[in-house]
Amino acid sequence: MAAYRIDAADLSYTQLNQIIRARVAEGTKEIEIENVLGQRFIADGLKGDVRITIHGVPGGDLGMFMSGPTCIVHGNAEHAPGNTMDAGTIVIHGSAGDAVAHSMRGGKIFVRDDIGYRGGIHMKEYRSKRPCLVVGGSARAFLGEYMAGGLIIVLGLGTGPAISERGIGSGIHGGEIFVRGEVPPHLLGVGAKISPAGREEKERMAPLIGEFAGYFGLDGESLLSEEYVRIAPSSSRPFANKYVWE
Amino acid sequence: MCGIIGVIDRGRKEMDGSLIRRALSLMKERGSGEGAGYAVYGCYPEFKDCYALHVFFDDIHVTKGALDETLRRWGEIVHDEEIPTRDQPNLRRVHTPWRYFFRPDPKMMSWSTSPEDDIVTNLVMSVNTEKKGALIFSSGKNMGVFKASGWPEDVADFYRIQDYNGYLWLGHNRYPTNTPGWWGGAHPFNLLGWSVVHNGEITSYGTNQRYIQSFGYHCTMFTDTEVVAYLFDLLVRKHQLPEDLAMKALAPPFWDEIDRMEEKERELDTAIRLTYGPALMNGPFAIVVARPDMMLGITDRIKLRPLVAGENGKKLYISSEEAAIRRMDPEVGKVSMPRAGYPVIGRVES
Amino acid sequence: MSIGAVPPRYRISIDRDQCMLCERCVESCPYGVFRSSDGRILIDSRRCTACHRCIAMCPRDAIDLKERPVDYRSHPLWTREIRESIYTQARSGKIILAGMGNALPYPVIFDRLVLDACQVTNPSIDPLREPMELRTYVGKKPSRLEIRKDEKGDVELLTKLSPNLMLETPIMIAHMSYGAISRNAQLSLARAAKEMGTYMGTGEGGLHHALYPYQDRMIVQVASGRFGVDIDYLERGAAIEIKIGQGAKPGLGGHLPGEKVDEDVSSTRMIPVGTDALSPFPHHDIYSIEDLKQLVRSLKEATEWKKPVFVKIAAVHNTAAIAAGIARSSADAVVIDGFRGGTGAAPKVARDHVGIPIEAAIASADAKLREQGIRNEVSLIASGGIRESADVAKAIILGADAVYIGTAALVALGCRVCGNCYRGLCPWGIATQREDLVSRLDPETGSKQAANLIQAWTHELSELMGAAGINSIESLRGNRDRLRGYMLDEGLMKVLDVKTVGA
Repeated sequence: MAAYRIDAADLSYTQLNQIIRARVAEGTKEIEIENVLGQRFIADGLKGDVRITIHGVPGGDLGMFMSGPTCIVHGNAEHAPGNTMDAGTIVIHGSAGDAVAHSMRGGKIFVRDDIGYRGGIHMKEYRSKRPCLVVGGSARAFLGEYMAGGLIIVLGLGTGPAISERGIGSGIHGGEIFVRGEVPPHLLGVGAKISPAGREEKERMAPLIGEFAGYFGLDGESLLSEEYVRIAPSSSRPFANKYVWE
Repeated sequence: MCGIIGVIDRGRKEMDGSLIRRALSLMKERGSGEGAGYAVYGCYPEFKDCYALHVFFDDIHVTKGALDETLRRWGEIVHDEEIPTRDQPNLRRVHTPWRYFFRPDPKMMSWSTSPEDDIVTNLVMSVNTEKKGALIFSSGKNMGVFKASGWPEDVADFYRIQDYNGYLWLGHNRYPTNTPGWWGGAHPFNLLGWSVVHNGEITSYGTNQRYIQSFGYHCTMFTDTEVVAYLFDLLVRKHQLPEDLAMKALAPPFWDEIDRMEEKERELDTAIRLTYGPALMNGPFAIVVARPDMMLGITDRIKLRPLVAGENGKKLYISSEEAAIRRMDPEVGKVSMPRAGYPVIGRVES
Repeated sequence: MSIGAVPPRYRISIDRDQCMLCERCVESCPYGVFRSSDGRILIDSRRCTACHRCIAMCPRDAIDLKERPVDYRSHPLWTREIRESIYTQARSGKIILAGMGNALPYPVIFDRLVLDACQVTNPSIDPLREPMELRTYVGKKPSRLEIRKDEKGDVELLTKLSPNLMLETPIMIAHMSYGAISRNAQLSLARAAKEMGTYMGTGEGGLHHALYPYQDRMIVQVASGRFGVDIDYLERGAAIEIKIGQGAKPGLGGHLPGEKVDEDVSSTRMIPVGTDALSPFPHHDIYSIEDLKQLVRSLKEATEWKKPVFVKIAAVHNTAAIAAGIARSSADAVVIDGFRGGTGAAPKVARDHVGIPIEAAIASADAKLREQGIRNEVSLIASGGIRESADVAKAIILGADAVYIGTAALVALGCRVCGNCYRGLCPWGIATQREDLVSRLDPETGSKQAANLIQAWTHELSELMGAAGINSIESLRGNRDRLRGYMLDEGLMKVLDVKTVGA
C-alpha cells in the first residue's frame, strides 16, 4: 500500500496532527509528510503501529507521549524528541536539540548525528519497558542526568570525541550509558562510576547497535568490536546521605 | 519563552525586512502577542554619521518640545520626522514613534575620550529616567530599532519593515513574564550601536543592574534584557575587553574548569571572574547581540535556552530554532549548536 | 540585707524514681549545683546557669530544669531583668558584665525577610546534579582589567591581582581568642575550617603553637592591645585583621582577667602570667581614618604585600560611610559586626543598647560602596547573629561577600548559650582554661561537628540558590530583587532596598 502523503507547508501542528490521527484511525500504516518546518508535537500522544516519515525540520517535542508508532525524520529535530515517550521508535537522519528522550519510559530513539544538552535526562524503566537512545555523533553536557533507567549509547562517529563536556550521568541512579572511546573522569557527574564495557555488556548493546547500523547503512559488527566504557550509578540512592530528620 | 533570530551578511550585502518577518512569524509559539521588534543595521545611509534616535512619545504635543530643546542643548538635530507607520487591526497605537538624526557637540564633553558616545549615552539615560513621556529606544548610527506591543507580523507591517534594507537584522518575538508587555519593554534593546535580543530570564538581574548602575547606567525599561546592552557597552566599549573575554565575564567557565587550565589561562580566567563577578549573568538565557561590525550569539553556561547557528556563504544566522533559519534561507548549510557559554561571532569583512 | 535574695533563675529537680545515683551530674557541674550525700543527690538550684551539661550527661533523663520558677509581679516596663540589674547595682555600685550577644527582644530583621524561588519563567537548578558554585574570593579586586592582545591573538593580562583568600563556602569562623575560648575549642574550629576550605580568626590572643599546623587557614588579629603580635605571628596568618570594634560592645575595649592568664595563655599573648590583659578602647595609633590607612599599610609593608588585610568594625549608625572610608585605606575587606554579635564578656549596657543590626549595616554599606563605584573592589564580611543558612543567604543578598559565624560555631561544639562565658567554668570545655574542663572537648569530635555544621549550611545554601535559579554565589550577592520584606516598615525596606511581599 502506498504511503499517504501530506504537504505540511503552512499547516499548523494541530491541523497536521488532526490529519495524521484521522488517517491512523482509518488504518493507514504509512504516512509521508513533506515540507515540515518547525511544527511541534508531531505524533504527540499518538497510538498505533503507523510509520510516519517526516521530511524537513520538525519542531520540538516530536513523538511526545507517543505510544507505538515509528517516526523517521529526514532532517534535524529540535528540542526533546521522544519526550515522555511510552513506546515506538524515532529515527533521525540528522541531529537533534536539547533534552532528547527527556523522561522517556519506553521505545527507542536513533539519532544519526549529534544531540544537544541533557540528552536522555531522567529516562526511566519499569518492568518490561526499557527506553533506549542511540546517538551516532556526539552528546553535550549533562548526558543522562538523573537517569533512572534505560540505556544510552553514544558512538562519537563525527569528527570530535563522543563527549567532551561535563556532568555525564550526574545523579544517575538507574540504567546505563555506553560511550565509544575514552571518557576523562572529570566529565563524570555526581554518583556516576565508569568501567570498561565487557562482553556481557556488549551483548546488551549488540541488538541496538545492529538496529542503528541498519538504519544508517553502517557495519554494526565492526562498530560493536570497538572499545566502550560503561557509565552507571554508584548507588540507586546517590543522595540518601544528604538529609536528616528534624 | 521568546523567539530570537539574527542574521549578518559579512560582505555587507543588504537584505530587506521581509525575510526576517517570515522567520519570526514561524516562531509564533514562542510569543504571546505582547511584544515584537526588529533591529536593522545599514538602514540610514543618507544620515550615516548621525546618531539615529528613535523615540516613543506619549503625547507628542506636550512632550516633544522639551526633548527638542534638550537635544539642541547638546548638539544639532540634523533632521527629524515621524517614523512612518501603518495602522494594523490587531495593534493598538499607544505611542508616536519619532526619529531624530542627531549630531552631538563633542565640545560639551571635551574631557571624555569618546565625547559623542558619552553625550548620547547620558541623554538616553537622563531622558528615560525622567519619564516625561519620551523614551529613547534606539540610539545608534545608521541603524534602528522598530518595536511595539503586538505579534511579529503586525509590528513588521506597522513599521513596514520590508521597506528597510540592511546587512544585519535582529528579530524578537516576546512572551513577557515578569513585567507587563509594553512598547518600551519589547526587544531589541539598544544603546548606541549595541542591540540585544534575549530569550530567558536573568536571575542575577538585581546584582547586574546594581553593578551597572554604579557606572552610571540606569535601567528604565522594567525588564532584565536592558542590562545586557549596558554590560556590553561597559565591558567592550568602556573597558575595551575583546568580545570573547567580555563573554567570559558574562558566562565564565566553572571554577573546576578553571582549576584544570594551564597557568596563563587560569590566571586570566580567574582575574575575569574576580573583577567582573557582578557582571556574571545567571539563569536561563540565549541572546543575540549586534554592533555595526559584528553579531554574536551566546547562551547561559548550563544551556537552559535553545540557540542554533547556521551559515550560507557570507551569511551567519543565529536563532532559537533551526526552522526559523530555514524559513529565511532554505539553502543554509549545516546548522550547529554553539557550546553553552561560548559565543558564536560573525564579523563584517573589513 | 535590705534587698534580700532575688528569686533563683532556674530550678533543677531530679526524678528520684529515675535517678540511679550514678553521680554523673555531680561530676558534670563545675558550678556546684549537685552534691552527693548519704545516698542522695542534693541540689543547689541557685548555682545553675542552664548550661545543660548535667541534662546531657544524665543516662536516665532524670533531671528537669525550669526557668523562672518564681515570678515577680508582671510589668511591661519593670521587667525582671531591669529589677534584678537594679538590685545588683544597688548592692555593688558597679558596671554589670554579661556574656554572649544582645539579650533584648529587638525584632530580628532576618526573620522578616523572605527568599525568592523560581516558578515556570525560569528553571530552578538542582544543586547536586548541576554545578553550583559557592567559591568566594575575599580580598581586593581590580575595578577593571587591562588586557593586551597581540597580533597572533594571544592575550596578555596586564592587571596584577592582589592576594585574595579563596573560600570554598562563604562561611568563615569568627575571631574568638585563645583565652576567651580554650585551646581545644580553637583546635576544633581550625581543623573544621581547614577541612571545609574556609578560614577562622585567631581573635586578639595570639597564635598558640598547637595551631601552627592550621596557620594557612587562620586570620590573625591585630587589636588595640596588640597581644601576641610580632612579625612571626603576622607572617604565619593567611590574612591579617585589624579589629577596631566588635558588635557586642562597640566603642569599648576588652579585659581578660588575670586569673585566666595562665602559663599557656601568657605565652601566646606575650604577657606575664596573672596580669590582666587590657585591650584599650581605641587603637592609640588610630585616632582618625588616615591613621587606619597607616596601620593597614604598615602591616602590608611588614608582610611584603602578600596578605590581605581586613578591618573589622562594629555596626554603628554611620557604618556605611565608615566602611567606604576603610575601603579607600588599602584594606582588602571590611568586616561589619552587628549588634547581636557574641562576646565572652561585655558591659551589659553596651551589649544590649549600642550598635545596629547587621542586616541594616551590611545593606547600607553595600549601597554606599556601590554609590561610590568601588563595591567590587573590596570585600564585605557580615558577622554578628548569623544563626542558620537562611541568614547567610540573606546577608549575602543584602551585600555581603561572606559571613563570620561565632556563636553558631560554638553551639556546634556543644555550647548551650548559657551566657556565663566570663566565669571561665564552661562545662563544655569551650570558654574555660581549666584543664579538666578543657579536656571534655575532644578536638577530633569537635572539629567534625563544626565541619558538619558548615557542610550542612553549605548544602542548604546551594539548595536556596538552586531554587532561585542561581548557580554562582556572585549572582546572589547584592541581588536584593530576590528578597522581600514581610511586615517591615517602609523606612527599613528603603534601607534594605527590598520590596514588600506581594510587590
